[in-house]
Amino acid sequence: MSHLFGIPPQALFGQLLLGLINGSFYALLSLGLAVIFGMLNVVNMAHGALYMVGAFVAWLLLTYAGVGYWGALVLAPLAVGLIGLALERTMLRRLYKVDHLYGLLLTFGLALIVEGAFRHQYGVSGQPYPIPDALKGGTNLGFMYLPTYRGWVVVASLLVCLGTWYAIERTKLGAYLRAATENPTLVQAFGINVPVMVSLTYGFGVALAGLAGVLAAPIYQVSPLMGSNLIIVVFAVVVIGGMGSILGAIVTGLGLGLLEGLTKVFYPEASNIVVFVIMAVVLMLKPAGLFGRER
Amino acid sequence: MPDGTQTKTAMLEIADLHGFYGESHVLHGVSLEVRQGEVVTLLGRNGAGKTSTMRAIMGIMAKRTGSIRFQGTELIGMAQHRIPRLGIGYVPEERGIFSSLSVDENLTLPPVVKEGGMTVPQIYDLFPNLKGRGSTQGTRLSGGEQQMLAIARILRTGANLILLDEPTEGLAPVIIEQIGVAVRALKARGFTIVLVEQNFRFAATIADRHYVMEEGHVVDMIPNDQLHANMDKLHTYLGV
Ligand SMILES: Nc1ncnc2c1ncn2[C@@H]1O[C@H](COP(=O)(O)OP(=O)(O)O)[C@@H](O)[C@H]1O
Ligand SMILES: [Mg+2]
Repeated sequence: MSHLFGIPPQALFGQLLLGLINGSFYALLSLGLAVIFGMLNVVNMAHGALYMVGAFVAWLLLTYAGVGYWGALVLAPLAVGLIGLALERTMLRRLYKVDHLYGLLLTFGLALIVEGAFRHQYGVSGQPYPIPDALKGGTNLGFMYLPTYRGWVVVASLLVCLGTWYAIERTKLGAYLRAATENPTLVQAFGINVPVMVSLTYGFGVALAGLAGVLAAPIYQVSPLMGSNLIIVVFAVVVIGGMGSILGAIVTGLGLGLLEGLTKVFYPEASNIVVFVIMAVVLMLKPAGLFGRER
Repeated sequence: MPDGTQTKTAMLEIADLHGFYGESHVLHGVSLEVRQGEVVTLLGRNGAGKTSTMRAIMGIMAKRTGSIRFQGTELIGMAQHRIPRLGIGYVPEERGIFSSLSVDENLTLPPVVKEGGMTVPQIYDLFPNLKGRGSTQGTRLSGGEQQMLAIARILRTGANLILLDEPTEGLAPVIIEQIGVAVRALKARGFTIVLVEQNFRFAATIADRHYVMEEGHVVDMIPNDQLHANMDKLHTYLGV
């Protein structure tokens, strides 16, 4: 197996791995967006900015408090989740009674403010974040070299995605979430405090973005615009998968990451637009998305 | 049970209840009273305000004035999610079975709010149709089965007052018969029930008293044993 369609296997698998890693971030981020959209009906434009904040919290913890990667992996999502709770309670909540477009506008404005503030403070160049010692190095798999940290990112994202899917589709708490997504009034009439559930859902969704930010820090560096570069593709992923579909977000995220990687190998010129071409096609054929239900 | 003690305690007292959907004023001074262990119906034409009265009790209709007391506690002004936790179970007119939940998940969704609720096996005895359907998607059940599920899920919670909004609407006579058997069994178990019905022949087989509503308030109260004597009047009220 020296060449596959005239491509050296090293290059092919290298791009597939890159695609898988991008796909892991797409999956984690679009999962959070899907959970939020399902429950709040808000297209959370602040998602990319909060992903960036997650990465920055990790960097700040390391730089100013000496707290390393593993601590940041817990503390940064927690911090971003708390920021999310505060945003939902003080601002987003006021908009549920008006057109959903206002939620989109509010979160878009928040994203601009947050990114602007970080750019003002830290400039646009990235801050390096070291790979933790335990995940340094790599393994030669024969057909390719696998850096340990990249393997970890893929595995960790997959586990978090599957765990979230399980919690939503198979547990009691998830049943409350699904029911409240469908008919919040009735769930409230059974004695569940739905507004608190809504806040927690938003907090959880953005905490996933914060977690993705920490995972990304050692790979992409920590920079104020890291979120806005990524989030456009992630929105396309959400549209392709179907707004609000949990499984759709995960499968589409990983799938499109891989597809992007393959395009880089076979037709590099198209690799930046392939996701959007697919989005256009899906929207024409199945407007609710691959996994979405028509409402 | 000796008369005058438990049976006479007012469980639900509504006085001069006004209710609004936004600017639209739809309840105009509803007053009624339900005693412990009673089955009371709300009769009236479409649009008379029966469903709105139930929604006002549950706090779903949030804009309301007057007084709604449950076992002495005022419900107006109370946080909406606390009202069911006092022991009030609501079975909405549209049944509200969740399509993203299985039958089992639908059945166990409402949290237990008090001790003394029915167990799942007891509920299956009451509604044998639901047995063995646990993993079915909730909305794949027939209309009658969905109605049974909507009632069943409240029985687990320990609620002692049940608001049943048109449980027989659109159902076949055999199914209506089954629902009637179940509601009588619940009455025998000591549940207090407020029942909205268009079908007053069904209501007459179950209820102790009937409140007649017209244009957002109660216009008459007829004890079940005087229903026959009041047939003409009732026909005029209901326009049948
Ligand atoms: N969501 C709503 N918004 C505005 N008006 C409503 C709404 N629901 C019901 N109404 C109006 O309130 C009145 C009472 O309705 P309802 O309580 O549903 O009557 P019933 O259950 O006795 O048929 C009707 O005039 C109806 O048109
Ligand atoms: Mg009604």
